[in-house]
Amino acid sequence: MGNIWEIIFATDFIFSVVRVTTPILLAALGAIVSDRAGVVNIGLEGIMLMAAITGVVISAQTQSAFIGLFAAVCAGILIALILGYFVLEMKSNIILGGIAVNLFASGGSVFLLYVLTGEKGTSSSLASKVVPNINIPIIKDIPIIGEIISGHNLITYIAILSVVAVYLMLNKTPMGTKIRSVGENYHAAESVGINVKKVRYIALGLSGMFAGFGGAFLSMGYVSWFSRDMSAGRGWIALAAEAMGGGNTIGTTITALIFGFAQAFANSLQGLNIPSELITIIPNVVTVLGLCIFAITKTTKVRKVKANEKNNN
Amino acid sequence: MNNYKIFEPIRTAVAIIIALIIAFIVILLVSDDPIGTMTILLVGPLKATRYLGNVIELFIPLAFTGVATAFLFRAKLFNLGAEGILYICGIIATVIAIKLKGYGILQAVVAIGVASVVGMLLGGIPGILKAKWNINELVVSLMFNSIFFGIGFYILNNYLRDTDQSLVASYRFVEPGKLALGNLVAGTRIHYGLILVLIVALLSYVFMFKTKWGYALRMTGANNRFAYYMGIKTFSVIVYTHLIAGFIAGMGGAVEVLGMYDRFRWGALPGLGFDGALVALLGKDHPLKALLAALFLAYLRIGADIMARSTEVPSEMIAIIQAIIILLISAERFLAKWREKQLVKEAK
Amino acid sequence: MSNCLLSLKDITKIYPNGVVANKGITMDIHEGEIHAIVGENGAGKSTLVKMIFGMEQPSLGEIRLRGEPIKIDNPQKAIDLGIGMVHQHFMLVPSFTVMQNLLLGEEPKKGVFIDNNKAMEVTKQLSEKYNLYVEPTVKIRDLTVGMKQKVEILKALYRGAKILILDEPTAVLTSQETVELFSKLQLLKEEGHTIIFISHKLKEVKEISDKVSVIRQGKFEGTYNTFDITEREISKLMVGRDIILKYDKNPPKYGENILTVKDIEYENDNKKILDKISFSVKKGEILGIAGVEGNGQNELVKLITRLMDTQKGEIRLNDTLINNMSISELRANGLSYIPEDRMTTGIAGDGSIADNILANRILEDEFTNKGLLAGNKMKTKTGELIEKYVVKCSNALQKIIDLSGGNIQKVVVARECSVDLQLLIAEQPTRGVDVGSIEFIHHQLLEMRDEGLAILLISADLNEILELCDNIIVMYEGEIVAYFDDKAKVSEEELGMYMLGLEKHSPKNIRRAFNE
Repeated sequence: MGNIWEIIFATDFIFSVVRVTTPILLAALGAIVSDRAGVVNIGLEGIMLMAAITGVVISAQTQSAFIGLFAAVCAGILIALILGYFVLEMKSNIILGGIAVNLFASGGSVFLLYVLTGEKGTSSSLASKVVPNINIPIIKDIPIIGEIISGHNLITYIAILSVVAVYLMLNKTPMGTKIRSVGENYHAAESVGINVKKVRYIALGLSGMFAGFGGAFLSMGYVSWFSRDMSAGRGWIALAAEAMGGGNTIGTTITALIFGFAQAFANSLQGLNIPSELITIIPNVVTVLGLCIFAITKTTKVRKVKANEKNNN
Repeated sequence: MNNYKIFEPIRTAVAIIIALIIAFIVILLVSDDPIGTMTILLVGPLKATRYLGNVIELFIPLAFTGVATAFLFRAKLFNLGAEGILYICGIIATVIAIKLKGYGILQAVVAIGVASVVGMLLGGIPGILKAKWNINELVVSLMFNSIFFGIGFYILNNYLRDTDQSLVASYRFVEPGKLALGNLVAGTRIHYGLILVLIVALLSYVFMFKTKWGYALRMTGANNRFAYYMGIKTFSVIVYTHLIAGFIAGMGGAVEVLGMYDRFRWGALPGLGFDGALVALLGKDHPLKALLAALFLAYLRIGADIMARSTEVPSEMIAIIQAIIILLISAERFLAKWREKQLVKEAK
Repeated sequence: MSNCLLSLKDITKIYPNGVVANKGITMDIHEGEIHAIVGENGAGKSTLVKMIFGMEQPSLGEIRLRGEPIKIDNPQKAIDLGIGMVHQHFMLVPSFTVMQNLLLGEEPKKGVFIDNNKAMEVTKQLSEKYNLYVEPTVKIRDLTVGMKQKVEILKALYRGAKILILDEPTAVLTSQETVELFSKLQLLKEEGHTIIFISHKLKEVKEISDKVSVIRQGKFEGTYNTFDITEREISKLMVGRDIILKYDKNPPKYGENILTVKDIEYENDNKKILDKISFSVKKGEILGIAGVEGNGQNELVKLITRLMDTQKGEIRLNDTLINNMSISELRANGLSYIPEDRMTTGIAGDGSIADNILANRILEDEFTNKGLLAGNKMKTKTGELIEKYVVKCSNALQKIIDLSGGNIQKVVVARECSVDLQLLIAEQPTRGVDVGSIEFIHHQLLEMRDEGLAILLISADLNEILELCDNIIVMYEGEIVAYFDDKAKVSEEELGMYMLGLEKHSPKNIRRAFNE
């Protein structure tokens, strides 16, 4: 077991936690913004997948990583808005709508890949581009911290900045206030003339944007190709992270880091003598356990409060 | 009075037609012979007995997962766990079938029975988590899909794997040329699982519409506040709904593996459980209508497979059709104006 | 007229389901007046003002502002036109502070961020200007109802409202709060605001308004100078119904106690909702609970029907303690309950009429035969009930949600009252129901009483309480403040005094409600 501790305290492990957390965190930010507006986006998983394939295809076409990234994000926004149209205008059930997006993306991305490359597994034949890693001057030279903080993919830094941006947006700007009021009591928002539908479209669009960045990271940063179902449940894990984070930015970020840790841990166990099939389920098990612990402590807290009330009487 | 009864099928039909039209547009973009391709997609399965057989063969697992999911959706439990249960119960059935190789009918009976019970117990886990602590069943069920796959695949690779095979596969559980669930229709691979799934669907219908528990389940789904106020114990409804769904999905896994293969061959989740969601939705969460939906989807799938084999359009195109159908059918406002007009007309 | 600010011409509102809420309403509202719109529950007052505030669109007719015809498509348009509204149910975000709620959607900005200092300043200025004191940084959920209402009024004023609509503003207020509200409204009026005040409490209307418009069953009955008309006259215009709800009752034949409630207390968020409630209901008695809504009646009913857990005290049904009984056991023991929120609790809207009308019977295995439900028996029973309770529908498998409100309520009544029961809890049983159905339901209740059932009737409709009940309890702020066992001696006005907490019976008299 000594090996495991060595793994965890190695700087490259912590570096990889940050790397692995990136897509989960981005999708979780999408979950926060949409959930706070009262329209939790269940389609994050599918949106990531579609963004991932779009990024690969467009970057290969244009030979520009940035155009590819831009296109991926646009694809994310577009799908989220289509989902929004069905949920807000056509009154589709949001869960079923989300399921539709995911089913669509799972097959649709492969369809697109096949039509363009003739392959169904990965996009290795496409000369797609990768979003560059960034070495931060000065910080990169600090021992340990530099090794952990510097040298990440640009999208990872975008993710970190996004956390700050989402926090400020939700809590300090008029738009954030609108989003939260619409989510908590849309009648109140309506009564002061806020266009509830518009706010929800914006929130869904933002969630699509974040999931789009997350998807682009998968195929243009984490690895340099698209492969079938490569989002691998990260969109769902992100939803779990958001639920456990209580919908607030900081809590969700911490939970996303825990899930990222589990994933990175699973990745680094690959070298050890543990069956790889069982390693791959670690992030899922951690997510289920996390959800359980969170829910159980919440209910016992409520019970305790009730019990106290009884005692006080 | 008959308006509602007519309206729903029309709505479903219109949704399907719109989806097919959009599919045609997509085919138009990628195919040199769009009309030919579309024709294959739509009537391909009718061209040979073997193809029709394929439709029924695919219908069987889709009907299992569809009926299982119909139970969950009917109670407004959005659980997509049929996929993982189908997989791991396929593994369980394989383990037992290998042990009981050569025991004839007993092999299939025990394997299916045990797999179903295991499926029921596993299906109950998210049910209890939901009922007791209100933990989101959708996220949990998806996590369990990966977990069950991981564990199942581990068992397959470490205990069941026939290393003589180049692809991932277990040891044989039947002699070459035979299948554990026999053959029902000559010239096809349709097996006795068909009868089983029809019985399951019928019993499900009876349970859901002709028993008190089924009533409690339906009312919990229709309005859980009403159910609670009427004295229905929603806790137990959530749990038994999950148990039943797990049982049926587990049986589906076992039947599919034993009915179609001589070895366990799934190196990835087969996707049949997710399709169950679509079947349930198309079938309006009704076990018998789900059969029709499963038949439709199986037909479409086989059509797409034939299309993929004979044209350059991949079978994944189906995903587009499915997504559009789900979105339209779940859309309350879809054709609502038309219905309102009809209602007004009728009132006059 | 020259100073006519807002005029409604022939306003008619027909909802898609065919309900005519307003019919040909014509009304002039002048600048600087307090204009009361009165009418009974369900007369169409709220619909009318919702159209003025852009939440609903008139089907026919015209609204003019300062003589100009206008179309108010949405609340934003109304706000832009200087119209503000304080809704009956507050439109506030509970987790937001007073300040955030006040400025929602129009916060002062510094760059892209909300300027909190400025916001604070604006809030304070506003509060001072209109003499409505609020604490800017307190969260809405921690406020009393009266404070919330002030926030609502300020919210409208901040958005430049010159015309202020208040929908039943006093329904949720204590008497002191009402007094305070009225003095504030007078101040606003002096500053040139025009106030539209909706109420069905005539005393208040007399006290505060300059003009009064009466609506009866969606129709306009005229506008009067408040000074020139008496309460009695207004009341005649308001009520003057086509069917007079007056019943000849048989003298009561009381039996033993069926329901006994003893020393019930209930707290939520450290706030006492119910305090030492004790009473009993006898066989053959209709006991009424009168009170302004939100004085604990709803919680009391939830405790008796086991929808909530009792924290302190004892509730007995026929001497059996039911504090920990399950709902199904309780129902099996003879309790039936017509809930206040018919649509969200009383029915499963997606279910058929049969699904809804037979619910209790199905769950109590009345139709179970060898584990299966006997379809024919169910069909017959449904038919019987539909006929007996005169439910207008095309067939038993029709979705219940497609029925009218009155017919839906008849389904609920049929379900709850047709089984073998001992105690019926009827909570606002005729709210929002057409007159025909009201009469039908009332007759049902009286019949059941004569058959020896115990009935607890909770209603905000005093006419209903006085006509049906044998004995009456009045609840105010979670306490029983009065008990009347001689109805001849009590009038609506008198009940009103107790309901508003202006008067209170002696503890000794109140204890009589608890019949050992």
